[in-house]
Amino acid sequence: MLQARYLLVGSSHAALEALAAIRMHDAEGSVLLATRDPAPPYSPTVLPYVVSGKSDPERVRLRGAQYFDQQNVALRCGSALASLDTAARVARFADGEQVEYERLLLATGASPAIPPIAGLKQVPFHVLRTLEDAVRLRTALGSAKQAVVLGAGLIGMHAAENLVNAGAETTVIEMRSQVLPGYFDAQAAGLIAQAFAQRGARVLCGQSVMSVAPRENGFALKLPGGERIPGELLLVATGVRPAIDYLAGSGIAADQGILVDRRMRTSAANIWAAGDVAQAASFYRDAPVVNGILPNAVEQGRVAGMDMAEDPGAKDYRGAVPINTYHFFGRQALSVGVDSVDGGETSVHFDAQTGRYRKIVLRDNRLAGIFSVDMPFDAGVMVELVLRRVDLGPVKQAFLDDPRQTARTLMSKLWR
Amino acid sequence: MAAYETIAFDAARCNGCGDCMSACAQAKTGNFEHASSRIQILPSANDGFELALCRQCGDPGCVSVCPAAALEKDSESGVIAWDGTKCVNCLLCTVGCTYAGIAFDERAGHVVKCDLCGGRPECVKACSEGALRHVKSARIYNRFGALEDLFVPGLAGCQGCNTELLIRHVLRAVGPETVVAAPPGCIPGMGTVGYNGKTGTKVPVFHPLLTNTASMLAGVRRTYKRKGRDVTALALAGDGGTADVGFQSLSGAAERGEEILYVCVDNEGYMNTGMQRSGCTPFGAWTSTTPVGERSHGKSRDAKNLPLLMMMHRCAFVATASTAFMEDLYAKLAKAIEASKHGFAYLHIYSPCTSGWRFPSQANIEVARKAVETGFVMLWEYAPEDGLRFTQAIDHLRPLGEYLEALGKYRHLDAAQVAHIQAQLEKDLGLLKELAARGAQADARALAS
Repeated sequence: MLQARYLLVGSSHAALEALAAIRMHDAEGSVLLATRDPAPPYSPTVLPYVVSGKSDPERVRLRGAQYFDQQNVALRCGSALASLDTAARVARFADGEQVEYERLLLATGASPAIPPIAGLKQVPFHVLRTLEDAVRLRTALGSAKQAVVLGAGLIGMHAAENLVNAGAETTVIEMRSQVLPGYFDAQAAGLIAQAFAQRGARVLCGQSVMSVAPRENGFALKLPGGERIPGELLLVATGVRPAIDYLAGSGIAADQGILVDRRMRTSAANIWAAGDVAQAASFYRDAPVVNGILPNAVEQGRVAGMDMAEDPGAKDYRGAVPINTYHFFGRQALSVGVDSVDGGETSVHFDAQTGRYRKIVLRDNRLAGIFSVDMPFDAGVMVELVLRRVDLGPVKQAFLDDPRQTARTLMSKLWR
Repeated sequence: MAAYETIAFDAARCNGCGDCMSACAQAKTGNFEHASSRIQILPSANDGFELALCRQCGDPGCVSVCPAAALEKDSESGVIAWDGTKCVNCLLCTVGCTYAGIAFDERAGHVVKCDLCGGRPECVKACSEGALRHVKSARIYNRFGALEDLFVPGLAGCQGCNTELLIRHVLRAVGPETVVAAPPGCIPGMGTVGYNGKTGTKVPVFHPLLTNTASMLAGVRRTYKRKGRDVTALALAGDGGTADVGFQSLSGAAERGEEILYVCVDNEGYMNTGMQRSGCTPFGAWTSTTPVGERSHGKSRDAKNLPLLMMMHRCAFVATASTAFMEDLYAKLAKAIEASKHGFAYLHIYSPCTSGWRFPSQANIEVARKAVETGFVMLWEYAPEDGLRFTQAIDHLRPLGEYLEALGKYRHLDAAQVAHIQAQLEKDLGLLKELAARGAQADARALAS
């Protein structure tokens, strides 16, 4: 049986940040990093760019073997966590290996959630969560003339753009009333959907799918209204689900994800969870949320790592804030915070001619959310203004007129 | 772990001229558009200027959130480098940075950030106000951090004292082929000469009388030389042991050109024995023998200018230094070590005393910096062939009050006393300027002939 003071399961942003935080404080303690991926770590967020060809799959590794050597970390690739014996502090892996740990981080991420659509199991379809998925989709991209993307989240929209650019007749089907629901407000989403429509994509929102059936060289979808949409390439991008099958029998409390406190501790002693797998405090609500975005994974990983290493500088997780940055057809959309709050005060700037858009939501002169298309601002600075509940009262008009410069000035003052 | 260079911003000196942004834009894009500059000076309503610039963080958030491995901190230079061939334009790096140090540039069509111009930042060169400084002290850490520390791990100085820093740095630079003389004072008091029969240094150290430091070292150096060994004879002495009690032997050794490196750590008094005044205690300062009460209002005499006195001995090298200006200190130390191989080298280092000067223990370096920036002490160096040369600008001195008000020992000063100090400093400055001008003329004559 292998032994480690720190066992980190997962190899993406949360686990890597936890590793860095542990090594900041504990240069000696043995660390074993175990991942189901067969090769050194990469970010799921880069996958759409592997599909588009912008990223070379050989050059997306976040860390190389040299880094793990330098950090004195043992790396185990290619085997997923299978089960946990929390009493004995032993983790069992799919390949039969067992690891006895003192402290364990679960950063196992998420897997694609496959919707219960009749016939879906009978047709070949793509998902996009691993590097292998991305390479497979990239290969398929060239030959498909008609493509359907189920789900208009970030993965679905990025893939749809790639399909459009590859010349495929593309349909995006989203159950909710707008594209990128939960990422962008309705108006920004409308501008994004419009850009897709202008390039010939068909974007159907508020649309469910009744069934899907195989067809020669592909499949045909049937919509509730009776319409049939044929295609050769089907991508299912209807969201992800935390990868927590190994929890069975462990007694670790989970809801949609693994429930954690503000130090990312699970209900079991000596076990932490962070990233897409964790259901952690929200900045806005009491109830914990799964907020599977990269910046939150990093933040949670750092909090967990510092707490695991008993770093006296460890601080509580301040809570998840929705943050998204999105590039589409050379344009950019940004969002920080929430779109609708009780007692919120909304200020909108929109230029119909250029499509430039910005919406600022304040409550009690504090920033609740800011959204834009083609009007850049510094997302990291805005997040900090939200988290610190900075009073914008004295500079309110300046902030509404020029949030980028005003926020930079404020932040520079705050740092001093 | 290496230390890295950085760009420091002093908002109080910034006048918002924008030359730094023009220089950056010019260097990086070829135009002068401030919007393309990677350093952004931001006007703050009626309240000076603020800064948005990459801090080249030690633990960079932009790198942590980059999904494409397009950002990486160079372990040599410390610069966080952006790789355009890997960047996917996702803008997540702008989420990871809370300084607006990496931002989307609409003209370029991708994020841009400061790269320190390969170690010669154009913005700093363009700043005529001294608001931007290229701080290179990391080079000192990287160079000397690797050398052996020749003192024992723990020295019993007062909390916040800079003398431990000072003597550890000096001995690292001088190296193990050294004999140290530490006459009575704070330096042996904090453990340099050792306790219980064990020395506090890893080189030979002795504890002369206050009166004979320089003469004993002269003998040590001559003896080793006769035996064919090049050993540095190093004095680590206080201002009392140097300017007052030890002056006779010091003056004699300097006049004879003994090959000694004499470091005077000037904390303006006999601090380890209870903060009595010395010949280096400035006018108006409280000490236990120049108390503040009905009749006495601190010291009633001006301090003697010891480094100038040493210059008049025509030493091989004389300089003043401060721990707030370590690059300068190291440059002088190197020259002093070199000079001590053929003559008398004298280094006068100002050392604010947290206990005796009455200021918070975390403020030592800040106090040292203020002393220089207000002109209370002046940093210069002298060598017979070059004359006297200022090593720290004396043109934009900050108000003297900023220094005096930082110290409890001047809390009682009245306007007349402050005016006296100011006038005396101006006289000293005038004299030094004249000497510096003579040095410059000598240079010019030498060039002409």
